[in-house]
Amino acid sequence: MEKTSKAPLGSARLRKRLSKAVTYLLLCFFGLVFFMPLYWMVTTAIKDPSAIFLNPPQWVPDPAHWENFLAIFDRMPLVSYTLNTVIVATLPVLGEVLAAPMIAYSLTKIPWKGAKYIFPIVLATMMIPWQVTQVPLFATWSRLGLVNTFVPLVLPAFFGAPYYIYLMRQFIKGLPNSVIEAARIDGAGEVRILYTMVYPMCKPVITTIVVLIFISGWNDLNGPLLYLQDSSKYTLSIGLQMFLTSARQEWDLLMAASTLFTLPLIIIFFIAQKQFIGGISTTSGLK
Amino acid sequence: MNKTVAVGGIQRKRKASKQQRRFFWIGLAFAAPWIIGFLCFQLWPILSAVYYSFTDYNVFQPPQWVGLKNYTDLFSDKLFYKSLGNTAYVTVIGVPLGMIVSLGLAVLLHQKVRGLPVFRTLFYLPTVVPIVASAMLFLWVLNPEYGLLNIALRALGFEGPSWLSDPNYTKLSLLIMDVWRCGQNMIIFLSALESVPVTFYEAAELDGAGPWTRFTRITLPYIAPTIQFVLVMGLIQYFQYFTQAYVFASVSQMQQTITGGPQNSLLFYSLYLYQQGFSYLKMGYASAMALILFVIVMIVTFFALRIMEKRINYDVE
Repeated sequence: MEKTSKAPLGSARLRKRLSKAVTYLLLCFFGLVFFMPLYWMVTTAIKDPSAIFLNPPQWVPDPAHWENFLAIFDRMPLVSYTLNTVIVATLPVLGEVLAAPMIAYSLTKIPWKGAKYIFPIVLATMMIPWQVTQVPLFATWSRLGLVNTFVPLVLPAFFGAPYYIYLMRQFIKGLPNSVIEAARIDGAGEVRILYTMVYPMCKPVITTIVVLIFISGWNDLNGPLLYLQDSSKYTLSIGLQMFLTSARQEWDLLMAASTLFTLPLIIIFFIAQKQFIGGISTTSGLK
Repeated sequence: MNKTVAVGGIQRKRKASKQQRRFFWIGLAFAAPWIIGFLCFQLWPILSAVYYSFTDYNVFQPPQWVGLKNYTDLFSDKLFYKSLGNTAYVTVIGVPLGMIVSLGLAVLLHQKVRGLPVFRTLFYLPTVVPIVASAMLFLWVLNPEYGLLNIALRALGFEGPSWLSDPNYTKLSLLIMDVWRCGQNMIIFLSALESVPVTFYEAAELDGAGPWTRFTRITLPYIAPTIQFVLVMGLIQYFQYFTQAYVFASVSQMQQTITGGPQNSLLFYSLYLYQQGFSYLKMGYASAMALILFVIVMIVTFFALRIMEKRINYDVE
């Protein structure tokens, strides 16, 4: 008995080990494939101009021109691009953090009739392609004389975007009613309950929202492309896009600019990794 | 509470309705930003878009009513069909491709491997790169002569195509970049995989089910709602495909009136709409296109949800 059972057990273990080895092999292969473009970006950024167009390529830049990161500042007004991008990325964060929790609190914890009519509309508006509202909004902003200002890019966030209202609602809905009702019996007003009780409890989801909005503002090309016409108002995404068309073959400088553009987000990613990854898995709305 | 009933029902009722009214006003006040935002940034623009789509409008002069002209023009516009075709192409290939790769990576990460955080970060990192920056990077990676991809292909004994100038490959170039940026869906799939109860697998293993059977009979049905979610979001994203295509197309302007890439192979629906509306200031035409897109998105989303709904096994939950 013992002998016969040993053989299949051994082969099962072997198979398990083999499948583990294959898993690691695949992971390493894909890890390399996913990592290489980033490596390529950073190394090209510091390559000598003569080493860029080599075949086979120079894998380790020699000599390394770290000064390329400074050279791009002479080629375009990077400082002003960056400041503009910071405006376009942070003010919507402020707006959304003020608006979305308040709206979500009204929809979940205040017993009033409107809540049940509003939420389905919030969900429905998430499906509307941005192209549909793009033309009329542009027409309105231009009639108001606000094209070529940051207002069209920033102001809407102060009224709450459907997606973030949805995220906040999912979270606030899960907060215990008893705590809020106890506060009401103690005579606390809704404003006080919202700011002194709900906000602190919502810290994780608010952090996620802050990160998501900042990134989408940092990334946005379409909005700035439409609304910002003076080059003094350009954000990094348009600025880089313009630089790309002017510095066609200077891949070292183009990659240096891309690297600098990416760096802040990589830093935020490593600081707030938990919010990124936790945020995505909860935001998918399936938990 | 019982005491108040004893004292008198009328008083209590009045108190309750007063409380109710108070909740109504405070609820309304808290929701007011959304109501204003919805009216100003959603409802009004949509209604205006419907109106503009029946007019000739260039922003500077008042709209001129032209009836169905924009729509009839669209249906005889070759570039309109071209842009629809291009968009359908990237959607039909890009959505399943992205889902297979991200699900595959999630399955690999789910194998209780050591160093999971490192691999997870590696696969996720590309999505952190801003789209414009990653488009610039891929213009370089896909350079036919000195780009990373063709160097790798050459090492394997293949000669890679000129990705960015051959109209047969331009859309594939974009899809290669999108696959590189699939980390977000991978994380969503990974958290779905983690939610499958281990006992299901153990029971199946006892019944002699192999890994493939376990994957198709347990994992896939269980994570079907996630697949549905990723599918619908992917469809919506590809219908609105813009930024990547805009950057790629802008480097290949070849004295064309519309920068749609080589032989308009990168003229996607949103790009064409943008150019009609904001390069030519044909806002009425662009509005008609936007509404057609709206209808397409609604129909496709509806069917995607219906088809998937039938396959989801709710008994699992």
